Amino acid sequence: MHTPWQAAAALKSDAKQHRPLTGNEAIARAAWEAGVRVAAAYPGTPSTEILESLATYPSEDLHAQWSTNEKVALDVAMGASFAGSRALCAMKHVGLNVAADAFMTATYIGVNGGLVLVVCDDPGIHSSQNEQDSRLYGQLASVPVLEPSDAQEAYDFTKLAFDLSEQFDTPVIVRSTTRLSHTRSTVTVEERVEAAPRGFLEKPSKNVMIPAHARARHLSVLEREAKLKDYFATSPITRMEHGDDSFGIVTAGTCYPYVREVLPHAPVLKLAASWPLSEAVLREFCSAFERVLVVEELEPIIEKEIAALGFKVEGKRLFPRAGEFSPEVVRAGLVQAGLLPAPPSYNAWVPEPVVRPPVLCAGCPHTSSFMAVRASGARVAGDIGCYTLAVLDPLRGIDTCVAMGSSIGNAIGMAKAGETKPVVATIGDSTFLHAGIPALIDAVYNQANIAVMLLDNHITAMTGGQEHPGTGKTLRGEPAPQVDYEALIKACGVKWVKKVDSYDLAATHQALREAIAYRGVAVLISNRPCVLDPIKIKGPPLEVITSQCTACQSCMNLGCPALTWSDEWFEGRHRVKIDPALCIGCTLCAQVCTIDCIKIASPAVTQ
Amino acid sequence: MNEQSNVVALNATSEPTAFNAALAEPTNVLIVGVGGQGVILVSKVLASLAQAHGYEVKQSEVHGMAKRGGTVFSHVRFGPRVWSPTIAKGEADVLIALEWAEGLRWLPHLKRDTGVFICDTKRIVPPFACRSRRPGAPMRYATETAEQVAAYVSEAYAIDATKMAEELGNERAANVVLLGALSTVLEFALPEWEKTVTAFVPKKTIAVNSAAFELGRNWIAEAKNEPPSADAAPAAAPVHAPYQPRLEITDAWCKSCEICVKLCPERCLTLNADRIATLVAPEKCTGCRLCEWLCPDFAIRVHLDPEAPAMEAAQ
Repeated sequence: MHTPWQAAAALKSDAKQHRPLTGNEAIARAAWEAGVRVAAAYPGTPSTEILESLATYPSEDLHAQWSTNEKVALDVAMGASFAGSRALCAMKHVGLNVAADAFMTATYIGVNGGLVLVVCDDPGIHSSQNEQDSRLYGQLASVPVLEPSDAQEAYDFTKLAFDLSEQFDTPVIVRSTTRLSHTRSTVTVEERVEAAPRGFLEKPSKNVMIPAHARARHLSVLEREAKLKDYFATSPITRMEHGDDSFGIVTAGTCYPYVREVLPHAPVLKLAASWPLSEAVLREFCSAFERVLVVEELEPIIEKEIAALGFKVEGKRLFPRAGEFSPEVVRAGLVQAGLLPAPPSYNAWVPEPVVRPPVLCAGCPHTSSFMAVRASGARVAGDIGCYTLAVLDPLRGIDTCVAMGSSIGNAIGMAKAGETKPVVATIGDSTFLHAGIPALIDAVYNQANIAVMLLDNHITAMTGGQEHPGTGKTLRGEPAPQVDYEALIKACGVKWVKKVDSYDLAATHQALREAIAYRGVAVLISNRPCVLDPIKIKGPPLEVITSQCTACQSCMNLGCPALTWSDEWFEGRHRVKIDPALCIGCTLCAQVCTIDCIKIASPAVTQ
Repeated sequence: MNEQSNVVALNATSEPTAFNAALAEPTNVLIVGVGGQGVILVSKVLASLAQAHGYEVKQSEVHGMAKRGGTVFSHVRFGPRVWSPTIAKGEADVLIALEWAEGLRWLPHLKRDTGVFICDTKRIVPPFACRSRRPGAPMRYATETAEQVAAYVSEAYAIDATKMAEELGNERAANVVLLGALSTVLEFALPEWEKTVTAFVPKKTIAVNSAAFELGRNWIAEAKNEPPSADAAPAAAPVHAPYQPRLEITDAWCKSCEICVKLCPERCLTLNADRIATLVAPEKCTGCRLCEWLCPDFAIRVHLDPEAPAMEAAQ
């Protein structure tokens, strides 16, 4: 039986081997130590730092790359596995949807070199479009899903995942969540052990999935799952922790520390893998208690398995199926179950000081693009990226947003359905390369009457500034061939392609009007680098000549965080001021100021 | 207005509070602010310091949207054994806020009886606070008063760290001023703080950050001795005589050019079926006169009628 309590003093003894790492860094470290040769990913919060971290290890040890999308990344990792090397592929939860096509057959093929998928879910939807539970993919594909509970386990389980992958001939999912990926704690690390290259395994019956081969492989997948159940039943990473209480808790992954925070001495079955689940282990634990509670974030996967064995089990009745867990959520469930006393309730004063949603940065080139989009009066299909924020006041420039690359397809459908307004799709450069190109070809092929605004800010901005095939650099910052968007778009069959500098508001308005007037597919490339990445742009700030400002609020319609109300009033309305620390001098506010009272700041203000 | 005095101690206790992390319960420090202010640096310094002491440390934050000017928060927990990476409501021993409204937002996370609140009076007003543009409309930003804060927490400090850092020549050192303030309520020794801060700030800024740290540290000591300042409350917003904007549109002169429609900041004009400019959302009109000034045909006149008589007349 494992003792979860470690002597804190032990942490001091060998400082070299103990490092403060985030969950993502721990996964990267473990993969490097496990001898990974190829790693690929498309950036996506909260998984992005795994590849960024892997890229800090020597290039002689491993090839790490940004792929154009998650399916390509998984195909790349599978290719490396075919060739006999250990490979890793990282993605956010919705990335696995993109990669699912390859993944569902990868499970039949199994591996040659160990193949690990790190899938980072986002319970609570901190920065995503949904909060799907990717553990269900393990069930769907009969693939083991390891659920680490902290950075140390993220490290341990990732290393183990490579061994399991090769031992059981299966891809393995290491499932993280935002909380784990972005929490830093101490990890005991080792050094890299080179995995012996296995060479390509020439075995078409395993590597080429024609129906005859696939039928046989499906049976071996089912056999494999049974063996994995036995493995997890006897492995020490499945822990039954004894305790004082008359009830038992079943939990896994990031819920475990919440349970321990609230119930330090309860009996707990801590599962290392949330798929496959060993009936024997569940039976043994559940039959020992009158009441069994399952604490799991999102879907009731473990709960349903226990219920299927005929045990009375409580889970989603007490702990919500939506949203991120926390000690409070777990405590509230236990209070509802009558197992904990209700916490003392204060006559709580709830301050509501200000609404502060994320906004487009000061000087963001998307701002003017969406000023033009909104003024055009079009129906706008949006996409995934910083510019999705344009849905909020005051830009309010987006009508729909679904998934990566959906904008163009959505626009085609709207136009074909007879939408009375002109239809515009807005899509960022990285998103366009990810999943926009097939949709653009579809639009041309089906002769849709839409305008596409390609918001080219020369970076994958939303996830913190990652390179992509349009930036001319690789993940490691080395020079790379650069996509020529105009040539690419023309090659797709688009006849109307134009580039515009989105800092020129009048030109952007004009170009978008032309694009909308064009019958057929028109692509307008609004071209301006992101103000944060790769270089933080800071020009001379502007200032408002307050005495001239008539407080019309035209500039406030940009939603620029550098603009705010001053303490001066004009006819009962607030005059505007500019925060010189935030203003980067993009001049958009000066362009919309109808009475021309915004100028470059005098040197006194600049300092 | 709204400038808070440099020395404000709300409910300062005379005895310094020091949380002893050697106790079984972990020490919980919540660091909050707005994207780009340096919240993460503060939490990294603290986490590193606690780890050097041999404590288990968990430091948790959510990245992603944070860069876009949104709320940023970092949970740091340390002690002999730390389970949850996040601090539950009402469980924070210390709340360090780099921005005034963010500090207020997270107050319910503080321990009611023993929690220490250290807050920069820096105000970062987001565009959303300036949404209501009707004549005389107030800014919707942190209307909570210092008295409400003082009544809520046991020990609170409102420190103008940004101004102090500005005076040192680098506004960005405000977070280190707050680290200096934080150093007075945690158990770690001064040389260790200084060593860790020096290790984490950019080399070129070591001198200014060391000065900032000391300023923050000394400020708390001073604040504990000074009586609370009376002028801490923000000044009241000036009151304006309310008026009702009214548009007089001469249909015969309008030639449907749409200039007023396109440039109205409130987007409350449109062309009607006869393609004549019409006010469709009179409740949104602020009377800014842009349409009047921009109309090439002098077809629009804006009247600012006193509100009360107009209301009575309508009834």
